[in-house]
Amino acid sequence: MSQQEQAVLYDAQGPKARRRSLIGTVVAVLVLLGLAYVVVRRLADQDQFSMEKWGPLIDPGDENFDAVWRLIREGIVNTLTAAALAMVLSVVLGTLIAVARLSLGRVGRIPLIGLVEIFRGLPVVVLVFIGVRVLPDVGVDLSGLPGGQVLWGLVIGLTVYNMVIFAEIVRAGVASLPRGQREAALANGLTNWQTMRIVLLPQAFRTMLPAIISQLIVVLKDTSLVTFIANYDELLSQGESIQRNLGNPIQTFFVIALIYIAMNYCLGRLAQYIERRQARAGRSTAGPAETAGLAPGAAPVGGGA
Amino acid sequence: MSPVFDNIDLFVDGFLTSLKIILFALAGALPLGVLIAACRVSPIPPLRAFGTFWVTTFRNTPLTVVLFFCAFGFPELGINRSFFFFGVLGLVLYTSAFVCEAVRSGINSVPAGQAEAARSIGLNFSQGLRFVVLPQALRTVVPPLGSVLIAMMKNSAVVGAFGVGGDLWSTGASLTSAQGYATFPIYVGGVAVGYLIITLTAGALLQLLERKVAIAR
Repeated sequence: MSQQEQAVLYDAQGPKARRRSLIGTVVAVLVLLGLAYVVVRRLADQDQFSMEKWGPLIDPGDENFDAVWRLIREGIVNTLTAAALAMVLSVVLGTLIAVARLSLGRVGRIPLIGLVEIFRGLPVVVLVFIGVRVLPDVGVDLSGLPGGQVLWGLVIGLTVYNMVIFAEIVRAGVASLPRGQREAALANGLTNWQTMRIVLLPQAFRTMLPAIISQLIVVLKDTSLVTFIANYDELLSQGESIQRNLGNPIQTFFVIALIYIAMNYCLGRLAQYIERRQARAGRSTAGPAETAGLAPGAAPVGGGA
Repeated sequence: MSPVFDNIDLFVDGFLTSLKIILFALAGALPLGVLIAACRVSPIPPLRAFGTFWVTTFRNTPLTVVLFFCAFGFPELGINRSFFFFGVLGLVLYTSAFVCEAVRSGINSVPAGQAEAARSIGLNFSQGLRFVVLPQALRTVVPPLGSVLIAMMKNSAVVGAFGVGGDLWSTGASLTSAQGYATFPIYVGGVAVGYLIITLTAGALLQLLERKVAIAR
């Protein structure tokens, strides 16, 4: 990737430019090392490398080690449960909305567009709050469901926010298909619904898989918002209670952040891998111009958080 | 809806504080993101590595974790500032990674032939960048960058939930918990509407801008 990217901005370097960039490299390394030194020094001065603070997290012999990691394991399980439920529900509902929007007429589409605009414009933390706290206040009782009120409130909040984003992604995917696909399917005698289900949607999912996975990362990250709203022992809340008891916020949140990064990085790599495989297969389902705006991280429709 | 109108002055205050958070965060995240993007496309390997590290870290960490780090971590290091400062700082760090990726994808979308053509008619590096590559890159950047910035506006609610105080979210929280108003009218009629005003306006402006800079390729 690097070679091609840079070709845009400058030619292959000659001896003079190579010397300059070598000097630049040395200076940059020195500056970065200097910064790292300042940070490490500061941490060391404040006694942040002591075993007292790190022990419970990394030393199996520490008295708190087992308890701490049991909490973290529970947190990971709870985070993944909420994320998985929200992911499945929002992909399914998003697809339904997209199909409805594509198959309804000009007038029937208007309420759906309004729905999409409103839910997309709200902060997800507000929607999670509405799911967890406002719904029970207006008489929607979810506590009977397995997992309890808070889990389902969180799932509902995340689903409402993300389903409209998935709807837009799927719609863009269907729109990017060549018109001949639909025409050929209809000419073969398939009904509208069969055309959508057998011909258009599978191809749209294929094209949009990288964008869908990037949005799944957002869902996973957003489960942590419930920390501010109610008691649900997901990963971040567990970290919060660990650091409150042990007094080691930097160390605990460092480990928590690493776990989140590891989970999301794997998902992100999966998206990249799929994208590259598709590029190699050279499918003509979507021109590069249409998918470019929907590459992972480009946050096509106001996701990204 | 009357609980909202009874407290309309509080909501207006909250709205303005939210705008303030957003403006500060914009002022920080845009330049920082562009700087990191410059690192990522520079010919100097360690800077590129640093840029990649920055983006990987902040893009894969939930904003909440970044905020906790800022607010609990920095005081441990003897750096004490207001919660407002830490909140905005967290939002800036987090958003800069997304800004960087939007800008970088814009630069990469300019066909290599454009820069080559610029060089072959005798423009030097900075002229080529200024007259040929950047004007095209900026146009491609508008839609993704706009989405990133709108996401940032929505994320200012997370900063509010984190306890900055005085913004839209906190107004809702204090009215419902301290003064005992029902949650439904306050959150659905007040807080949600406030954020919708911000994001829908920004979205409309973005569309105008997009239409203005649109180019047919």
